[in-house]
Amino acid sequence: MAQRTKIDARGAFCPGPLMELIAGLKLIEVGDEIEVWSSDKGSAKDIPEWVAKVGHEMVGVENCEGYDSIVIRKAK
Amino acid sequence: MAKHIVIVGGGLAGTIVGNGLCRQLGDELRSGAVRITMLGNSDKHLYQPGLLYLPFGKFRESELFRDQRKVLDRRVNFNIDAATNIDVENNRVTCESGKTYDYDYVVLATGSRIRPDQIPGMEEGAHWFYDLDGARKMRDALRDFEGGKIVVNVNAPHKCPVAPLEITFMLYDYLRERGLKDKTEITYTYPIGRLHALEPVAHWTVPEFDKYGIKSETFFNTKEVDPKAKTITSEEGSTLPYDLLVTIPPHTGSQVILDSDLGAGGWVPTDKEKLLREGSTNVFVVGDTTNIPISKAGSTAHFEADTIIDNLASLVTEGQWARNYDGKVFCFVETGMSTGTYVWFNYNTPPNPGPPSQMLHWFKLAYNRLYWLSARGLL
Repeated sequence: MAQRTKIDARGAFCPGPLMELIAGLKLIEVGDEIEVWSSDKGSAKDIPEWVAKVGHEMVGVENCEGYDSIVIRKAK
Repeated sequence: MAKHIVIVGGGLAGTIVGNGLCRQLGDELRSGAVRITMLGNSDKHLYQPGLLYLPFGKFRESELFRDQRKVLDRRVNFNIDAATNIDVENNRVTCESGKTYDYDYVVLATGSRIRPDQIPGMEEGAHWFYDLDGARKMRDALRDFEGGKIVVNVNAPHKCPVAPLEITFMLYDYLRERGLKDKTEITYTYPIGRLHALEPVAHWTVPEFDKYGIKSETFFNTKEVDPKAKTITSEEGSTLPYDLLVTIPPHTGSQVILDSDLGAGGWVPTDKEKLLREGSTNVFVVGDTTNIPISKAGSTAHFEADTIIDNLASLVTEGQWARNYDGKVFCFVETGMSTGTYVWFNYNTPPNPGPPSQMLHWFKLAYNRLYWLSARGLL
C-alpha cells in the first residue's frame, strides 16, 4: 500500500511548491506519493512539466477552494 | 520548582532565543523561578553568511568566529555537550556525555547541514562554500583557476536561497577583475523551471545573466558528478562538462532529529504560525530545523526566534500565548562585488525586490558586522 505524504505549500513564496516537492521526493520510497497543496497558480503547470521531464508519475490535479491539490508518485 | 527551558543548538536561532529570553525573564531568572540551559556542540559561534566572501579573500577566517560564551547572555547555562536524543514524550534531552536534562520547555534549534555525500562523485568533484573547509578549498581552487568552464550547481533543499545567485555574480566580478572573463564560461543550473525560487527574483535575474553572458540550465537536479571526466549529470538527462564545479549541496536536518525520530530528513513537522512541534505544547522549533515550506535562512531564524521569545516568556509568566509568526523573511542580495538589493515577504505578501544599488551593498556589508548584535538580540 503506497504511503502518501502531504506538503502544505500554500502561501510559500520561497522556496515554493516545486522545490518543496523535489526535496520531499528524496525522503520517500519508490511507489509512494506526495500530495502538494499550492496556492501558486503556476504549480498546476510547472509541477506536471517537471514530473514528466524527470520521469515520475502524475496521479492527479484537483482544483480546490483557493489552491490546487497535486498528487505525484515517485517512480524511480 | 524552577521552570527549566532547554535550548538544543547554539547557532543563530538558539542564541537569539537564549539572549531574548534572558532580557524578558530577568526577574524570574534572578528569583530562580526560571533556568535556561543551552546544549551546543562548539565553543565558537560561526557567522555563516561570511563564508560567501571567504573564497574571494573578502573576509578573513578570524572575522567569521566569536566565542559563543561571549555572544551568549551569561545567565544562560551553556554546555558544550551535543544532544544525542530528544525524548519529547518524557521531556528529556540526553547528551554525548551521557548527562540528561529534563525540561519544562525545549527549543529545537539544531539547524541543517550540507550533504554532498548524498550525490555520487560530488565530494570528490565539486567545490562549495557552505562550510569553512569547503570555502578554504574553493578559495585555493579559484586562486589556481586560469579560465575554462565553471558550473554553478544548485541542489534542493538548501539554505540561504539567495546565496547561489550571489556567488554567481561575485564569481563574474572576480573573474573580470583578474582578467579571466573572456577565457571563462559560467553556467548556472537550478532545480526548478526558472532561475530562482522567488518569481520576481527569477525574472530580474534573466536580463542580468544576459548582460554578463552567464548561461543557465533550469530543471537540473543533480544525479551524479564524474570527477575524472569532469562532468555533472542531471536526473532530467542533461550532462555538462566543467573545469571548476561550484555546488550548493543538498541539505538535511541534524542527526539528533533523525536519531530521535522527530522528522523525516531531520526536519521537524512544525505548526507554521505557532512554531510548536505538531502534537506538542512545550516543544518549540526554530530556524532550519522546521519543516515549514519557507526559506531556510538566518533572517527566517531571527524572526521566528523573536516570536518564540515572546511566546515562551508570556507562557512562563502569564500562562498566555502572545502572538503567531507571520512568515516574515528579509534578505539582502549581493548582485556583484559593489551592488546589492533586498527582498522581503511573509505568508501573505509576495516579494518585490527593488533595483540593485551601491547603497544596498553597503548596507549588506554593514550587516556583516552588525550580525553580532543580532545574535545578542540587540538588533
